[in-house]
Amino acid sequence: MKRLLLSFAFAAASLMAQWGGELRFCLRSEPKTFHPLQVEDDASETVRYLTGGVLIRVNRLTQALEPELATSWKITQHGTAIVFQLRHNVTFSDGTPFTAEDVAFTMRALMDPALHSATGDAFRSGSGEVRTMVAADDRVTIVFPAPVAGLERLFDQVPMLSSRSPQKDMAVAGPFVLDKYTPGYEVLLKRNSHYWKTDATGRRLPYLDAIRLEIQQNREIEVARFQRGELHLINSIEPEVFHRLSAQTPSLVYDAGPSLESEMMWFNQNPSAAIPDYKKAWFRSKIFRRAISASINRADMCRVIYFGHAQPATGPISPANRFWYRAPSKPQAYNPAEARQRLLQDGFHLEDGALHDREGHPVEFSLVTNAGNKVRERMAAMIQQDLEAIGIKVNVVTLDFRSLIERISQNFRYEACLLGLTNYDLDPNSQMNVWLSSASNHQWYPSQAQPATVWEAEIDRLMRAQASTVVREKRKQYFDKVQEIVSDEAPFLYLVTKNSLSALSPKLLNASPAMIRPQAYWNAENLILSPAQLASNVR
Amino acid sequence: MKRLRQIAIGVLALIFAVSLFANFVAPAPYAMQFRDFVSSPASRHFLLGTDELGRDRWSRLLYGTRISLLLAPAAALLSTIMAVLIGGIAGYLGGWWDRIVLRIIDIFLSIPWLFLFLIVRAMLPLNTPPLESVVLTFSVMGLLGWAAPARIIRAGAQSLRNSDLVLHARACGCRGLRLLLVHIAPNLKPVVWAQFWIAVPTFILGEASLGLIGLGVAEPLPSWGNLLRELANPQVLMSNPWVLAPLGVLVVVVSCFQFLLPQKEFAQ
Repeated sequence: MKRLLLSFAFAAASLMAQWGGELRFCLRSEPKTFHPLQVEDDASETVRYLTGGVLIRVNRLTQALEPELATSWKITQHGTAIVFQLRHNVTFSDGTPFTAEDVAFTMRALMDPALHSATGDAFRSGSGEVRTMVAADDRVTIVFPAPVAGLERLFDQVPMLSSRSPQKDMAVAGPFVLDKYTPGYEVLLKRNSHYWKTDATGRRLPYLDAIRLEIQQNREIEVARFQRGELHLINSIEPEVFHRLSAQTPSLVYDAGPSLESEMMWFNQNPSAAIPDYKKAWFRSKIFRRAISASINRADMCRVIYFGHAQPATGPISPANRFWYRAPSKPQAYNPAEARQRLLQDGFHLEDGALHDREGHPVEFSLVTNAGNKVRERMAAMIQQDLEAIGIKVNVVTLDFRSLIERISQNFRYEACLLGLTNYDLDPNSQMNVWLSSASNHQWYPSQAQPATVWEAEIDRLMRAQASTVVREKRKQYFDKVQEIVSDEAPFLYLVTKNSLSALSPKLLNASPAMIRPQAYWNAENLILSPAQLASNVR
Repeated sequence: MKRLRQIAIGVLALIFAVSLFANFVAPAPYAMQFRDFVSSPASRHFLLGTDELGRDRWSRLLYGTRISLLLAPAAALLSTIMAVLIGGIAGYLGGWWDRIVLRIIDIFLSIPWLFLFLIVRAMLPLNTPPLESVVLTFSVMGLLGWAAPARIIRAGAQSLRNSDLVLHARACGCRGLRLLLVHIAPNLKPVVWAQFWIAVPTFILGEASLGLIGLGVAEPLPSWGNLLRELANPQVLMSNPWVLAPLGVLVVVVSCFQFLLPQKEFAQ
């Protein structure tokens, strides 16, 4: 029913809509590149999303794959090849036609080792070259040396380049085209008049004439400008700002539910870390980690810090990731009494209310997080009080981000860390660099020569198995087991999953924020700017 | 002016006394989180309301005032002693010694404090308890803050060295340490006092600035710095005017410190 109403609203808005208007919102940093295959930062990703024409698009609302420049596709040869049937009568922004040659050209550029493309790295499945075979102008086959897990979804990140255009990577097949870039100030995108999509009435999309992306790092200024009506949307806002705006004008803010972002803490289990051996023994103990986890009141964190716009986290995958999420069979409940009991059974004891280990060392550790992040500082203060209730003393240390990264990834001079995790990709393959024991982002003990524990070896095996399997359901079975082990062993203590919060101007029609990025403008070609009254009626 | 000075002393003494007995005056422990009363307005139970974690603002203000008011003068004393030793002796001795000290002072003044503080903070052991951490914070500020007063004290010592009174003392056979301690040091006292009283509010504001970027006193210990962080959000200010209380106390205390300077020392 909700979807029917939404569709009706879209249709009504389309009928009443006029072409034109300039959508304005902020980038929080300078885009580092405009080359669509070299994107690694958020700002460049925004430009790539709005300008790039891709073969397959992940619908941000349904998370299903939708045909874009390819009308259909088929994975063959046991997952090592994909055949695309391409759309006819599509041209790039400079008028050059889109054909199978352009797909081949794009894949060659993407896989060129000299380009150092992070997007391309996701396609590297084994030793050997990626070959592209053009069967006809509208049919192309890409062959990989080994099966690539979740292959078709990876094409959501690959904008097509024109092989014939003299502008090369500046000729785009997306709804907008880069018009002007003023460093430190703004990026102006104008409507791509050659864009292939049309609306229900046959009108060529996008509706908007331009999108002005203003570079603004200060979040308070961004919010103030939004409130003055100078910006039309804020893609992602802090819970505190959301709470404030919703108290003033509830119709301006939108909570799309759990996002892919979560906050977590972990203990340093690196045997070479410069911390006392008795502390290393605590941190390696599953009982200790689980006791700490059980003593943290996640529901309070969601209520107090996030004003209810977050969920207690249950594991490495957010419920927003509909296919890959697996609810834990034994969810971590808040139970400090039981946690203390388990610790006492494990040899810890209480002296004047303070917990001591069996050798008599008081249980005390430092928790580092990045300075200036109010949400994390508050979480750390809450953890401090929660753990004090079971006799554990926590020293909260805020460090500037560079020092923090140096400690957790280079010299390992820390005991516990509180940080956030953002999954940009729904597929767990993108988390190989976290779960493999040899990976550099295996934060609790990175870059292991051999898995330090049996359960880490099992995670390695399962992650490799899911990566070499093409059948999605089979992959999910493997990754479900990974989630179960992580939930049981608690190397990461997942704290909260943040909700996807955005702010939208009443003048913005057809917006339907999603849980995954880019939340508020994922359907940019359908967005319409309209008078406020009309907008409020439709929304 | 004398009356204003007396009032300033009275106000400072009152604030000192109340904050010193915070353990008895504060209605709740400064770290206690009343999570069902988050961001509450001022009430009978919470005189200045509660902060975003439900901690009693009045209690935190009392404890925070104690920390800032005790440690800022200590840091000011440390930096003033260093300034007297380095600047005073350089001004008295003159010559090469003076030139070398001047260059060192210039280097210290040109160092960006904030970045230096970031480095020092990053090098500190992580398991430092909050109270030791705050002492270290003020100590670092004291150790880094000697350069500006040293330049002024050096100038004072240099002018005294060339003054008629010192010339007269020398002519009478007074030399070395006796000349320094009996004839120069007493005449430098007003300048040194002025530098000390100026340094106190500077360090209070310095810690407040560090607190604003989350690098001041560690949680859960309150200080004026981390209490003032709430003011970073102007919208909160509109709805919860009682968050201004720490700022009010800070303004009163800093103003009172200025009135403590005698008129004669102001003029000098």
